[in-house]
Amino acid sequence: MSAAAAAPPCAAPAERPVLRERGQHEVFCGLTGIVWLHRKIQDAFFLVVGSRTCAHLLQSAAGVMIFAEPRFATAIIDERDLAGLADCNAELDRVVTQLVERRPDIKLLFLVGSCPSEVIKLDLSRAAQRLSRQLAPAVRVLNYSGSGIETTFTQGEDACLASLVPEMPAEPGTARSLLVVGALAEVVEDQFQRLFAALGVGPVRFLPGRRAADLPPVGTGTRFLLAQPFLGDTARALESRGATRIAAPFPLGAEGTTRWLAAAAAVWGTSPEKLRAATAGGEARARQAMAPHRERLAGQSVFFFPDSQLEIPLARFLSRELGMRLVEVGTPYLHRAHMAEELALLPEGTFLSEGQHVDRQLDRCRAAKPDMTVCGLGLANPLEAEGMTTKWSIELVFTPIQGYDQAADLAGLFARPLVRRARLEV
Amino acid sequence: MQLAVWTYEGPPHVGAMRIATAMEGVHYVLHAPQGDTYADLLFTMIERRAKRPPVTYTTFQARDLGGDTAELFKEAARDACARFQPQLLLVGASCTAELIQDDPGGLAKTLGLSIPVVPLELPSYQRKENWGASETFYQIVRACCTPHLPAPGTRRAPRAEGAKPRCNVLGPAALGFRHRDDVAEVRRLVEAMGIEVNVVAPLGATPADIARLGEAEFNVVLYPEIAGQAASWLKRSFGQPHTTVTPIGVGATRDFCAEVAQLAGVALPAEDDRLRLPWYSRSVDSTYLTGKRVFIFGDATHAVAAARVAAAELGFEVVGLGTYSREFAREVREAAKRHGVEPLITEDYLEVERAIQAVQPELVLGTQMERHIAKRLGIACAVISAPVHVQDFPARHSPQMGVEGANVIFDSWVHPLVMGLEEHLLSMFREDFEFHDEARASHLGAGARVPLELGSEVVPLAQPVPAPATVTPHAVAGGPVAWGKDAEEELRKIPFFVRGKARRNTERFAQDRGIATITVETLYDAKAHFSR
Repeated sequence: MSAAAAAPPCAAPAERPVLRERGQHEVFCGLTGIVWLHRKIQDAFFLVVGSRTCAHLLQSAAGVMIFAEPRFATAIIDERDLAGLADCNAELDRVVTQLVERRPDIKLLFLVGSCPSEVIKLDLSRAAQRLSRQLAPAVRVLNYSGSGIETTFTQGEDACLASLVPEMPAEPGTARSLLVVGALAEVVEDQFQRLFAALGVGPVRFLPGRRAADLPPVGTGTRFLLAQPFLGDTARALESRGATRIAAPFPLGAEGTTRWLAAAAAVWGTSPEKLRAATAGGEARARQAMAPHRERLAGQSVFFFPDSQLEIPLARFLSRELGMRLVEVGTPYLHRAHMAEELALLPEGTFLSEGQHVDRQLDRCRAAKPDMTVCGLGLANPLEAEGMTTKWSIELVFTPIQGYDQAADLAGLFARPLVRRARLEV
Repeated sequence: MQLAVWTYEGPPHVGAMRIATAMEGVHYVLHAPQGDTYADLLFTMIERRAKRPPVTYTTFQARDLGGDTAELFKEAARDACARFQPQLLLVGASCTAELIQDDPGGLAKTLGLSIPVVPLELPSYQRKENWGASETFYQIVRACCTPHLPAPGTRRAPRAEGAKPRCNVLGPAALGFRHRDDVAEVRRLVEAMGIEVNVVAPLGATPADIARLGEAEFNVVLYPEIAGQAASWLKRSFGQPHTTVTPIGVGATRDFCAEVAQLAGVALPAEDDRLRLPWYSRSVDSTYLTGKRVFIFGDATHAVAAARVAAAELGFEVVGLGTYSREFAREVREAAKRHGVEPLITEDYLEVERAIQAVQPELVLGTQMERHIAKRLGIACAVISAPVHVQDFPARHSPQMGVEGANVIFDSWVHPLVMGLEEHLLSMFREDFEFHDEARASHLGAGARVPLELGSEVVPLAQPVPAPATVTPHAVAGGPVAWGKDAEEELRKIPFFVRGKARRNTERFAQDRGIATITVETLYDAKAHFSR
């Protein structure tokens, strides 16, 4: 495997056919990203400017999984605000002042746009500038959109990180540095730090940082690796600051992690021997740990409903490292450039779909009778009740799954529903 | 604009979904952007429903706004009718679609559908979930019953000789607090009086069942928040009287039975001997419940009922009473006056938190939000009302209403409290290092209320020693094991609830292999070894 990883990825395949669907999208909007981003950036606060529906979504999406003191809230627009826009801005200032008084620990405030705020054309970027001036230097105010008419689920993180890019300090000179982009669990960041150190790749920085003030510098020397597959806008913003993307598959599974590290190592001119020395241990450990899961999963078929844009890298991992058969790989949005290395690794003839018509996709899924269906929370129990085995996709976003030492955990997430089904006699 | 951290109620279209999902043969086409589909998970995850809610969302995107969102709506409505074959179609808009003013009702009319279409006007920026549920149920009842309206001035035909009196049971919906079980209890109560249940609605009813509502003599209203409006319309249109007492608690259940007996013109039967609350409350063990200070917050029906049960049936002292249902503020104000407290009418969770902190109750009866507040403040709590959580849909029968409801209430409000003798011992030996007011209840084992890092107190550990990260020093297998500083730090990054297991496994792994000092590598080697 290491030898394969050191070699350049397969030649770009012929344009793969993709079924493009338009119909009911059974997906979250970008506001949902707040649920993990507010835990990641620990002195940031997310204020959604929206409706009761937005507040209810955040609470319901979060309430299923966590119920802790939140660093997010909603400024609920009411009928008085809809009467006149000037009033709306004054109201927003009042709410923000109230919030900042109550939470003096806030250093960075995101005003997050929603469907209603976009439809009434409430200009949150102007509001953010105005409030930033008023609240400086204690609080910085930024804005991005998490609306369902603009963003799907993980695109909220993309929009949030893209809003941070103009705030990053400029890196003087052209000395090379590596920026790892995308929210990762801290334990995963630390593992990657050690691996990059062993590869002689550095200095290494992460976006987002753990504190609002920890924004890494960016400049023409910056090379960046995407740790998440849904960061199209953030990548574009970084490129406009002079940074260069390192094309790579995503660090899921032993193979994905090695290829991801190898892509950075190639830029730094790390020797193949050094690459092998640094990665062989982790890779072998990952394979050893995945072996029992592979026994359970090999030969089983899997069907992906679109959710987080992680579907294609996950499908590649499941098919190449665990021997699963791909029935359909649905993704909400297919970024061909960022996904090129992943697509090249998918088995020939993999059925890809982009967008969604949920009823037609359910028809295909029922007809195919896959051994495992990866889907959102709205579909999982109804499909289980029909006798199908499901894996809720949202868990894949909230669990550390990247890197060698999480590869078996990731495999375990897929194995568990099958193990459970086999165990139960009721 | 209003700052909201948590909300007690969702938007009104979620209320409409609760009615549509409760019923059979109804489909709801909702003009809404894609994110609004989150509402499905309320039903499939929180309530564990085995079917998707019967809702089609148009899920328009920004690029559709310039084009024809109205056409998108028509297409979605046509497809939904063809695919799901409903007997009745609800159409409406969520908050965003309300702003683009496509008029779903008017659009649906142009489709020439062969089934009745009920347009829902639910103003999202003024109203909330319960109002939306109430309005939706009312509109469905009106649409289905209007064709069967008696001619003006006609009198209800007298009951046939030997026929049982009949009633409808109105109000139970999807995502309601214990609605499923309350229906079973109330059915038992009225059937014990020789009364027949004509239709239960909306839960489990079809549009055809709704059309038969007028055949009953009277209506039993379980939740005025949902069924009050429909019941008053039925009273005006069909001359059906309805009940006004919600049978939560012993006294209210007795009053309810008396009211039903009077409406049906039947004799009141003897009380069910399954009723245990009165004796449990009188037994000496319950003496310690006397005067326990209780704070109550929830929807109006459950809050008002809880206050009566708390004061008159458990001997508690009500120190706070409030609701988030502004539509029913009057009822709560009256009840608060009876209990001599200031009513708290608010949708602001932070205001409720401040009120609880101010009165320092010994028990909080509230929603999931108050459960969270109480947990933070270390106060005992029981949930009495929506908004709900997955735990509020227990597998067992667990009603709030009727005879068994009263028994369930006794158990679920009393068990969170510190038990009688334990309370005495706590106050006698305040300084005891194991047995103090920060201690967990004794049946949970010794320890602090704040959970300790699991496992850390179980395994005696050598002092961490600094170790070179790349070398693993070897020692005799089975010998003592130490943690390197970096490994110890790495271990701390593992979530606390599995950290103890990780620590034990790593130490066992190291011991078996004669590794004297655990490094980060050992930690992950062990993780890989035990991973299966």
